[in-house]
Amino acid sequence: MEQLLDLLDFGPFFDHFDTILEGFWATIRLAAAAAVLSLIIGTVLAAFRVSPIPVLRAVGTVYVNVLRNTPLTLVLLMCSLGLNDTLALTFSSDANTSYYWWAVLGLSGYTGAFVGESLRSGINTVPLGQAEAARSIGLTFSQSLRMIILPQAFRAVIAPLGSVFIAMIKNTTVAIAASYAEIATQMKSLVDLPSFASGTIPLFIGVAVGFMILTLPAGFFSGWLAKRMAVAR
Amino acid sequence: MTDSEGGPDLTKGGGPTAETAGDGPLVVVENVNKHFGELHVLKDINLTVNRGEVVVVIGPSGGGKSTLCRSINRLEPIDGGTILVDGKELPKEGKELARLRADVGMVFQSFNLFAHKTILDNVTLGPIKVRKQGRQESEKHAMELLDRVGIANQAQKYPAQLSGGQQQRAAIARSLAMKPKVMLFDEPTSALDPEMINEVLDVMSGLARDGMTMVVVTHEMGFARKAAQKVVFMADGQVVEENTPEEFFTNARTDRAKDFLSKILTH
Ligand SMILES: Nc1ncnc2c1ncn2[C@@H]1O[C@H](COP(=O)(O)OP(=O)(O)O)[C@@H](O)[C@H]1O
Ligand SMILES: [Mg+2]
Repeated sequence: MEQLLDLLDFGPFFDHFDTILEGFWATIRLAAAAAVLSLIIGTVLAAFRVSPIPVLRAVGTVYVNVLRNTPLTLVLLMCSLGLNDTLALTFSSDANTSYYWWAVLGLSGYTGAFVGESLRSGINTVPLGQAEAARSIGLTFSQSLRMIILPQAFRAVIAPLGSVFIAMIKNTTVAIAASYAEIATQMKSLVDLPSFASGTIPLFIGVAVGFMILTLPAGFFSGWLAKRMAVAR
Repeated sequence: MTDSEGGPDLTKGGGPTAETAGDGPLVVVENVNKHFGELHVLKDINLTVNRGEVVVVIGPSGGGKSTLCRSINRLEPIDGGTILVDGKELPKEGKELARLRADVGMVFQSFNLFAHKTILDNVTLGPIKVRKQGRQESEKHAMELLDRVGIANQAQKYPAQLSGGQQQRAAIARSLAMKPKVMLFDEPTSALDPEMINEVLDVMSGLARDGMTMVVVTHEMGFARKAAQKVVFMADGQVVEENTPEEFFTNARTDRAKDFLSKILTH
C-alpha cells in the first residue's frame, strides 16, 4: 500500500510545474505554427493534384507519396541534423530559434501531405456540375478552384482534418528529434532527475492529461464546425 | 417582335445592340466532329442559329445533343470543324476562353447552382468576378433578374432550400446576369417534377419573346411549337432533319424522326 502511494506521488510533478508548463507552451507554439503552415501546404498540394498541368500534378503526387511514407522522426532528423547542422541552413543565429523553425517546417511538410490528401478526397465529393457551371459563367480554372471547389471541399473534410490536426498535435512530441525542446523533451529530462524517482507515473499521467486538454477541444471544435458548415445538396 | 411586359430588358443578344459584331448568324457550327475514344459522337454537324432565333434540338438519348451544346461553349473540345459565336471562334484554352465563354449562357439539366452560396451570390458571382462590375450594381441587376423569374423573395436562401423549379429559374437568372449573346439549355426541365415544368418553360418563353437567341435541348413539344422557329432532330451523332416545329411534329420528312415521334407521342 505504502509502495502504491509512493508510485502516485504527485509532489515532484507539482514541484516542477513551471518546467512542464514551459514545455507545453513550446508544444503549443510548434503546433499552432504547424497548423497554419500545413494548411497552406496542403491546399497548394491539393490544387497541384487536380491541376490541368501535368508537371504540377506529378510534383504533387511525388511529394505526397514521399512525405506520407517517410517516418516523421526521419523527416525531422533530416531537417535538424541534415539541413540545419550539416548543411548549415539556419533560420537564425540563435540555435534554438533555428531548431524551432526547422521543427515547424518538418512537421508542416509532413502534415501538409495528409492535409492535401484529405482535401483531395473533399474535392472528389464536389459534383462535377459545380465546376462546369463555374466555367460556363466564365470563371478561370484558378477562380473556380478558389471560389467554388475548394470552399466546398474544405467544408466536406472539416471532420477528417480535425483528426489530422489531432495527430499533428501528438506528433509534436517527435520534435525532440529536431532538437526542439517541447514537452516530451522536458519530460525526458525531468524523468532523469533523482528527485523524480517516485514521480514518473504521475508525470506521465500529467503530460497525457495536458495533451488531452489540447486535443479534445480540437476534436469537439472540428465536429461542431463540420456540422455547422456542412453544404446541403 | 419584342413583347415588353414592363420588366427589365433581359436580352443583349437579341436586337442589334452595340455589343453585337454584325448581322450575320450568331452561332455557326461547321463540319464539327467529336470522338470519345473510339465513339464518334458528333458526325459532320452543321447548324446555324440566327440572331433572336430559338432552335429546339430533339432526339433519342445518346444522340449527341448534350455534347453539341457543351461543344458550343467549349466545355468539351472538338476534334474537327469550326464553331463561330458572333463571328468569332472561341480560343482553345486560357483566360481569353473563359472570358468569351461567358457570352454563351448555359443552363443544365441538374441546375448546378453553387451549393455553398446564396441564390443572390450565385447570380452576382460572374458579374463581379468575370465582368468586374461593382457589387452594388451587380446586386441590383441580380434582384431585377430574380424578380423577373419570380423568385426575388428567395434571394437570401441556399440552393438546397429551393424547389427544383425555383432552382432552375435561379440558374437561368445566373446565366442571364452575364448578359450572354446566346443561351444554351440542356434538357432544363427533365429533372423536374411535372408540376414545376411549366414555371420554367414560362420563363424560357418570356426570354424567347424578348428576342433572346436560344438553343434548347428538350422534348417539350408545346414549348417547341410556341417558341421555336426551328427544330433540329439529332440521332447517332448526326443532324437527321431540320424543319419548322409545325412541319416536324405533324409531318416529319425522315423515317427516323417519324419513328422517334411515334415513341414519345404514344407513351
Ligand atoms: N465524357 C464522356 N466520355 C465518354 N463518352 C461520353 C461522354 N459524354 C457523353 N458520352 C457518350 O457520347 C454519346 C452522346 O452523349 P450525349 O451528348 O450526352 O447524348 P444526348 O445528350 O443526346 O443524350 C453517348 O453515347 C454517351 O455515352
Ligand atoms: Mg443529354
